[in-house]
Amino acid sequence: MTIEVRNLTKQFGSFVALDDVDLTIGDGELLALLGPSGSGKTTLLRIIAGLEWPDAGEVTIDGESALSRGAGERHVGFVFQHYALFRHMSVFENVAFGLRVQPRRIRKSEAAIRARVKELLDLVQLDWLADRYPNQLSGGQRQRIALARALAIEPRILLLDEPFGALDAKVRKELRHWLRSLHKEIRVTSIFVTHDQEEALEVANRVVVMDKGRIEQTGTPTEVYDHPANAFVHGFIGESIELPVEVTDGQVRLGDSPLAIAADGLVSGPSKLFVRRHDMQVGPSGSGVLQGAVIRVRTFGPVQRAEVALTGGNKAIEIDAPRDQELRPGDIVGLKPRHYRIFAA
Amino acid sequence: MSASIRRRNTLPGFGLSMGLTLTWLSLIVLIPLAGLFVKTLELSPDQFWGIVSSRRTLSALKISFGLAFLAALVNLVMGTIVVWALVRYRFPGRKIFDAIVDVPFALPTAVAGVALTALFAEKGWLGAPLSALGIKVAFTPVGIFVAMIFIGIPFVVRTVQPVLQDLDPEIEEAAASLGASRWHTMSKVILPGLTPALLTGLALAFARAVGEYGSVIFIAGNLPNVSEIAPLLIVIRLSEFRYADATAIAVVMLVVSFAIIFLVNRLQRWAQMRAGG
Amino acid sequence: MSIEMTLQRGRVAASAREDGADASAAALGHVGPRTEPKLVRIAITAIAVMFLMLFVVLPLVVVFAQAFAQGVGVYFAALSDPEALSAIRLTLLVAAISVSLNLLFGLIAAWGIAKFEFPGKTFLISLIDLPFSVSPVISGLVFVLLFGAQGFFGPFLAQHNIQVLFALPGIALATIFVTFPFVARALIPLMQEQGTQEEEAAISLGASGLQTFFRVTLPNIKWGLLYGVLLCNARAMGEFGAVSVVSGHIRGLTNTMPLLVEILYNEYQFVASFAVASLLAMLALITLVAKTILERRLDNEDIEP
Repeated sequence: MTIEVRNLTKQFGSFVALDDVDLTIGDGELLALLGPSGSGKTTLLRIIAGLEWPDAGEVTIDGESALSRGAGERHVGFVFQHYALFRHMSVFENVAFGLRVQPRRIRKSEAAIRARVKELLDLVQLDWLADRYPNQLSGGQRQRIALARALAIEPRILLLDEPFGALDAKVRKELRHWLRSLHKEIRVTSIFVTHDQEEALEVANRVVVMDKGRIEQTGTPTEVYDHPANAFVHGFIGESIELPVEVTDGQVRLGDSPLAIAADGLVSGPSKLFVRRHDMQVGPSGSGVLQGAVIRVRTFGPVQRAEVALTGGNKAIEIDAPRDQELRPGDIVGLKPRHYRIFAA
Repeated sequence: MSASIRRRNTLPGFGLSMGLTLTWLSLIVLIPLAGLFVKTLELSPDQFWGIVSSRRTLSALKISFGLAFLAALVNLVMGTIVVWALVRYRFPGRKIFDAIVDVPFALPTAVAGVALTALFAEKGWLGAPLSALGIKVAFTPVGIFVAMIFIGIPFVVRTVQPVLQDLDPEIEEAAASLGASRWHTMSKVILPGLTPALLTGLALAFARAVGEYGSVIFIAGNLPNVSEIAPLLIVIRLSEFRYADATAIAVVMLVVSFAIIFLVNRLQRWAQMRAGG
Repeated sequence: MSIEMTLQRGRVAASAREDGADASAAALGHVGPRTEPKLVRIAITAIAVMFLMLFVVLPLVVVFAQAFAQGVGVYFAALSDPEALSAIRLTLLVAAISVSLNLLFGLIAAWGIAKFEFPGKTFLISLIDLPFSVSPVISGLVFVLLFGAQGFFGPFLAQHNIQVLFALPGIALATIFVTFPFVARALIPLMQEQGTQEEEAAISLGASGLQTFFRVTLPNIKWGLLYGVLLCNARAMGEFGAVSVVSGHIRGLTNTMPLLVEILYNEYQFVASFAVASLLAMLALITLVAKTILERRLDNEDIEP
């Protein structure tokens, strides 16, 4: 199923949730809508599902206008952030709901419904919970039941709103892998909304980064991480060091001191220099592009994180250095960005 | 393209349910109440004033409003004591007493009326010892007062109860740890927190007592100018087919009740603001 | 803001929490930071209990004592009197009519108000609350003004020989008026709390509006609905002032139970009066017990799955 979103605009009062959004989603994709809260990602998802209507624009599913149909006629599976399981129905009846409410002429027989529900519960590996009620389940279990329920109607598209948002960190990790492998198995075009960049990069095969109702960048996880299109994307994805700089005639200055980095093709004016923490190479004093004094070093995992106060400014930055590198508070070091990006501010 | 977009709700039935709601509300509540005001317009201001300021009407209004206010004050004090005991202390039968607070609300008013009368009549269980002390309750204004206390009991208790329960215990503990005496904590920390709820309860008990009919008329004695309440006067005027008189008294009472609702709404908003801030 | 609903909401919230810290402190004999000296505690509890005993328990006891004052035989004879039976029948009929109509209205109004956003919602809710703040006598009076001989529709009704006042329609109308807000106001806060997610889920799974309502919404609010119906019914059966104004007190025909209590009392038939009153008192007690049980259920209904 391909989904086309054209010129979508939606306002709530004076708040612009979506501002002229265009997006094409290909068949079988697992797409992440990533952005901070208020970026319009959930509104976009709800409009595709038919739970919200845009002020202007068009949504087509396989070339057919979706906006002329209600939510129930779109065959879209929607998994709600807080699951929205029917609290008075057993897990089994929750999953069976979409099959039982079908018009009589196309409704499956009771036996067929039972078989299908069983199959779905097997798929989400929770067949042993069939007789339980939602309030007897853990968060992760509810999430998977909500997914099974959405899949019961054999949706053309699967939409998930912050699917891991309400779960604790460990369960979240497990479910991410599980969702990926499930998608591989069922191959339904899927879109999920998240504000967690790690989640988006790890699970999706394409990421749409949104901010303030607009799409800032669309690309594979590698693309958006390695080649952020603008300052917002760079700042939002991955942990970055951000320095305010001034570009004048092909030269980059931090405060008063010029920096020895190339500025080819940059527009003059106030700008921002972005460097990933682990892309800042630490060398002896006097080497590199920036100078600074190490204030504090913390060691965890594969890296050590050093807080460095830059010389000639009152700014401190955090960098990740390999663990085997000797770094002590008080050391004067030279810093050299391996990769960096400069965007006009 | 955008012409095909209908602004619509996900859930169906908004138009239908609003249409039915407004129709039914108008038929049952709004039109009948409006009729009361329309009827009053048939009176000239002089006629209206004549009815309202007649001695009997004024006495009835004074009795209804005056005694209702006194009864509400008693309920304010007693309600506070009851709610404090129910929320803060554990004693045998507490849950039953908690449930019993709602009796005046659940008991049909006519039943309450005859029961209170039997209780406070000269030979009644309470009336006999009281009359030995020279206090006559039944068939006097005191009887009205007693009945109004009875029907007002739940209001102060039920408006204050949730607020007292939700009162942050840390506030009291903080006051105590800062060296405040228990009395100080009560008067300077707890009571101010309960004030909006207390005033709301007072207003609600007052409003209920002003309009009360069933539980009062049996015990009142119903002597014009002495123990005749305004709702009873309305009924009497109606039975005499003096609709204009009945309507004029009703309008005065209604306007006052609406003023009380307005006041209560403001009180609640005040309470919410304080809770939020 | 309504009087009765403050009561109800307060009650629900009140039953929701129990706090144990002070109880245990008190049990151990400590004066915790949140309680008073023992003597003060005993005094306050004693005053509260005395007050409730005198003003609430005693009137209830008196009803039954008077009803059985001349023995069980007289009691049942009073209740099997044709006038009593006709009053019971009329009361049940009026309650059935007004409760079912207000049930229907309450469900429809609560759906529109709780599940959708629109301007003027608060105002609409206060309009629905209006009958709670109108004196019962005035609630009856408005229908006399509409349908009485000198009323707006009086001549029309007389011409077509339709009896509204001093007949079942008038009694039912006045009762519907005084019980108007109960069901709607029990449901609206509950349905607002529950939100629209389950309904949205049902719609997106292909359920029709009616399927969504009957399979998802209604089961979720069944205890709240029962709660509203319970209180609505208690008031419908017990209403006195409003019904008294419109009934005409025609013996054996337009007397409801509360009206019969009055008539018998005024005729000094105290046992008969209190016998009928005892039935109404029983209704009140049953209502309170059911209400207490329902409030527990309601606490659970609020909780998200």
